[in-house]
Amino acid sequence: MTTPQSIASTDAVPAVMGLVNAINANRELLSEIDGAIGDGDHGINMSTGFTRFRESVEGKQLTFASALDALGTTLLEVTGGSLGPLYGSMFMAMAESVSGKENIDAPSFLVMLETGRDSMMEIGGAKPGDKTLLDSLCPAIDSYRTALASGATFTECLQAMARGAETGKDSTRDMIARIGRASRLGERSRGVLDAGATSCSILLNSLAQSLQSQLEKTK
Amino acid sequence: MKRVINHPDHVVDDAVRGYVKAHAGRIETTDNPRVLKSAQAGKSKRVGVVTGGGSGHEPAFLGYLGKNFLDAVAIGEVFSSPTAKSFFDAMRAANSGEGVACLYGNYAGDNMNVKMAIKLAEKEGIRVRTVVANDDVPSAPKEDISRRRGVAGEILMWKIGAARASEGASLDEVIASAQKALDNTRSVGIGLTPCTIAAHGKPNFSIADGQMEVGIGHHGEPGITTSPLVSASEMADKMLDIILPDLPFTKDDRVAVLVSGLGATPLMEIYILFDRVAERLQQEGITVAKTIAGNLFTSLEMMGVTLTLMKLDDELERLLNTPAVSEGWTEQGAAQ
Repeated sequence: MTTPQSIASTDAVPAVMGLVNAINANRELLSEIDGAIGDGDHGINMSTGFTRFRESVEGKQLTFASALDALGTTLLEVTGGSLGPLYGSMFMAMAESVSGKENIDAPSFLVMLETGRDSMMEIGGAKPGDKTLLDSLCPAIDSYRTALASGATFTECLQAMARGAETGKDSTRDMIARIGRASRLGERSRGVLDAGATSCSILLNSLAQSLQSQLEKTK
Repeated sequence: MKRVINHPDHVVDDAVRGYVKAHAGRIETTDNPRVLKSAQAGKSKRVGVVTGGGSGHEPAFLGYLGKNFLDAVAIGEVFSSPTAKSFFDAMRAANSGEGVACLYGNYAGDNMNVKMAIKLAEKEGIRVRTVVANDDVPSAPKEDISRRRGVAGEILMWKIGAARASEGASLDEVIASAQKALDNTRSVGIGLTPCTIAAHGKPNFSIADGQMEVGIGHHGEPGITTSPLVSASEMADKMLDIILPDLPFTKDDRVAVLVSGLGATPLMEIYILFDRVAERLQQEGITVAKTIAGNLFTSLEMMGVTLTLMKLDDELERLLNTPAVSEGWTEQGAAQ
């Protein structure tokens, strides 16, 4: 029996909740990476925002879309700096893209990723190569799209996305920050990972893993 | 690190609580603990004027709330942009139906959060226009002026914008005046020591003993040069050499001068520096029509000083002299 190619919207909710654990588990790591060229608060800010999201939806009946929307809205409400509006707008746009869908399949997941990315880019104004979280997100989406175009299953697409995010994250080590506060450091920003790209890779990997095991479960 | 704090993670909440108690009557809280408003905000039909930014710059930003000054401010963590929700709630608090002028500084986080806040405000039918301060000359070359950061010149932009709003001007007129103020304003800073965000416990940059950083930013962003420490008069000359040619300010101009300490600079030394600023401007044939000096826009406990000049015309001078009351700057009006 083959793995199914779609997940019911309500079955995808745990994947969103799983993001909270992924961020909390990496709280210290993210702050440490951020401390090298930033102000060292990335882990705490992310963890606070994601934890508040979990509290805000406790006991509520959620769909994949409403969970993503609640996450985005909470980040806009409680997370200042750059991360609140960037991740906030991304998750809200993703939510809109899957709103009303009973099932999430590989093509609709791609559209969701791209919609989220576009919204984030409109707010942030960064481009790939600027040493930001886009350097995880964009290669991840590219890998996913390539896999999908070559006829891969949903699971394989998710695996490709996770690998793309990881490779993309690692590529930020050799980049010079061209936007945001780290850009003031110029050459000094080279040699360390970007904290946002790291958290983005953690999020995409967590999402991929949760959805894969959900696909396995519904086999 | 020796500081007068309770807990490093709670400095913003603790400070805001104290501020509200100290200035009760003039300042009011809102449903959002990170948004304060002036007692006058939204009471009469006029354009609301709001700003917001990270904490650690006191009296900016909340210290400029008041009559004919700011109507509402969004308060962020130390050196970190307020949330989009807080900017939005500030816009809401300041809105009396005539629209809201959001006058803030050019930083990546603030830009994004304001952008999102405007989207939220538009959904509620609140019209918002912005002016983004970029008065810090050393932060980018002139051909890349839109990348420059906003620093102490923001205070002049708020004063002008709020004074225009108090005259009953439309949102577009308030924005035009605030933009004009900014277009005629240039700033520069010199830092002598770094500053420490309490939650981090140690400075995230350093300035070597006997050195000063010319062109330093309000969060310790690197300046143009690090050079041996010089006298206050020489600092004044260095600063004027950077900002005078940039606008440029020339003979027969009338200017407002704003000198601010960065937090740890004794007021006495601010006046030592200003003495040379005034002397040099006189030598250049530039008239100082107005001076504002003090710790007006700080960077925690950084030792250092910023200098801001605004070239005046009749409109800007009138608006600068409009009576206004705030903790950071109270204007009695022109004496003559």
